[in-house]
Amino acid sequence: MSSTTNSPTHHTSTIGSIGTPSRRNTELALLVFAVVIPVFAYANVGLAINDELPAGLLSYGLGLGLLAGVGHLAVRKFAPYADPLLLPLATLLNGLGLVVIWRLDQSKRLSANYPDAAPRQLLYSALGVALLVAVLIFLKDHRVLQRYTYISMAGAMLLLVLPLIPGISAPTYGAKIWIKIPGLGTLQPGEFAKIALAVFFAGYLMVKRDALALASRRFMGLYLPRGRDLGPILVVWVLSILILVFETDLGTSLLFFGMFIIMLYVATERTSWIVFGLLMSAAGAVGVASFEPHVQQRVQAWLDPMNEYLLSRKGIYGHTEQSMQALWAFGSGGTLGTGLGQGNSDLIGFAANSDFILATFGEELGLAGVMAILLLYGLIVERGIRTSLAARDPFGKLLAVGLSGAFALQVFVVAGGVMGLIPLTGMTLPFVAYGGSSVIANWALIGILLRISDTARRPAPAPAPNPDAEMTQVVRPS
Amino acid sequence: MSELTLTVMRLGFLAVLWLFVIVAVQVIRSDLFGTRVTQRGSRREAARPQQAQRQQQAPPQQRQQSAGGRRGRNAPTKLVVSEGTLTGTTVALQGQTITLGRAHDSTIVLDDDYASSRHARIYPDRDGQWIVEDLGSTNGTYLDRSRLTTPTPIPLGAPIRIGKTVIELRK
Repeated sequence: MSSTTNSPTHHTSTIGSIGTPSRRNTELALLVFAVVIPVFAYANVGLAINDELPAGLLSYGLGLGLLAGVGHLAVRKFAPYADPLLLPLATLLNGLGLVVIWRLDQSKRLSANYPDAAPRQLLYSALGVALLVAVLIFLKDHRVLQRYTYISMAGAMLLLVLPLIPGISAPTYGAKIWIKIPGLGTLQPGEFAKIALAVFFAGYLMVKRDALALASRRFMGLYLPRGRDLGPILVVWVLSILILVFETDLGTSLLFFGMFIIMLYVATERTSWIVFGLLMSAAGAVGVASFEPHVQQRVQAWLDPMNEYLLSRKGIYGHTEQSMQALWAFGSGGTLGTGLGQGNSDLIGFAANSDFILATFGEELGLAGVMAILLLYGLIVERGIRTSLAARDPFGKLLAVGLSGAFALQVFVVAGGVMGLIPLTGMTLPFVAYGGSSVIANWALIGILLRISDTARRPAPAPAPNPDAEMTQVVRPS
Repeated sequence: MSELTLTVMRLGFLAVLWLFVIVAVQVIRSDLFGTRVTQRGSRREAARPQQAQRQQQAPPQQRQQSAGGRRGRNAPTKLVVSEGTLTGTTVALQGQTITLGRAHDSTIVLDDDYASSRHARIYPDRDGQWIVEDLGSTNGTYLDRSRLTTPTPIPLGAPIRIGKTVIELRK
């Protein structure tokens, strides 16, 4: 498109489209930066705890660098126009997580809980990057996923129900969200269900959004949907309540319902869905909390962590001292933190390197460090939503916004829980916390976002010569 | 390890972490892409290529929005098809370019044998004045009764004829 315009100041300007640069070299430079920072942190932890550079410094740096390099080459080969920030941001978060997990491994007070968590986490990260590469290779076009709308719904339901089946269920500390795989360890299928559900919601809402958006009555400034259009939202609501009741997992339940509401809002542009969603989730949470002891205990720990701490110290069963200890960790970190390896957040004990890993960041890097970490998450979400804006097909738009919304919700739920903003739920901080399922699933999520952004940012092909151009009839003066 | 070294490392690490965040934000800033606007014609502009460079960076939406904000009271708010198969169709004018033609990616797809596939477009200039421009169509675009040869500002209510279709801008 090229044309001239006359503005009143008699300038002539040419408007033409810019070919989008692929930005792969920017990505490479950022990746190098993203590998150097965790290596620096690793050296810092070693110097602070053992007074010497850690022996594994070189191999750790090479390992992380190799993962980043493989990811980068795969993106360069299979998704050359993809967003340049997603991969470096994820690599940096994964690297920092590895450092802090290793730092907690070094703690003598913790060593009994998770022996050698860091090497395992490095292995999980490698599996995650392998899955990212596989997504980039085998998913040539994200619109293929649209064909599997209802299959992914069935898959997601299966994944969510698996932890309830007696033979393979591995209930741990009150929440039934793990399954046992003989010989391999445990798996958290909910993390993978997240992606499958995003695919289902995107495919479903793309077809139904006109009915949901337009067939409604206006009442007091809100668009009230018709009764029969409320069906799907009620089904998702009931399902998330069932997850809450049978798996006693507040986080997963909130994540799925929240993701559905976000995607419903984006698909229909109706604020009323958000109002309905908030009302329904509040009603559901309050209703379940009134009879489910596990949830009640979490709410108690949120409302009065100090009391919980004291009860737990007295050795009364069913109380937790972690919430209060996490708050103390944040408090003793202050603005600039105590320095890596020099805090006492390992006193949190159980789950210090998974659910509560943010408390270690809070103590050793302080407010400044936690803000930077949250900004890194924010940037990933921003890139996801930017991808959604740039995507040219409605399915890709919805899928990108659903995946980044789920990512954002997960960070909010776990960070808010550790900081005492909302009741704590057993979720993992993406990329940072120790846990194989979470790391692997989130790398796959980044892979899908990279694929959508590659399609969205790829320069549009030149318009084909229009076949009906000759068919324009010429007016002949009669 | 001395206290001083650890303090320097602690503050250095935070600085490096924030530097990464800032670099990432800079990448986002340089990543805003859209249409390229090159100044030419005026010799004064040509002598200052840097300014033209800076103009390129500005995302087009901003220009259009600011143009929309500056529209006066008599600015048209909608485009109405008053004759032809699409009679009665209205399009809200919100600072976006409207393309007309038989091509299916046009804003208004004309089902009109005498229209070209990319016939004309209507867009706001920097002051919010709406301009109609013929895109080299076979049968031409007429404003009132005169055939367009250059991009021309559209008076309120003036009929624009494309094939058998007539559109006008209204308040």
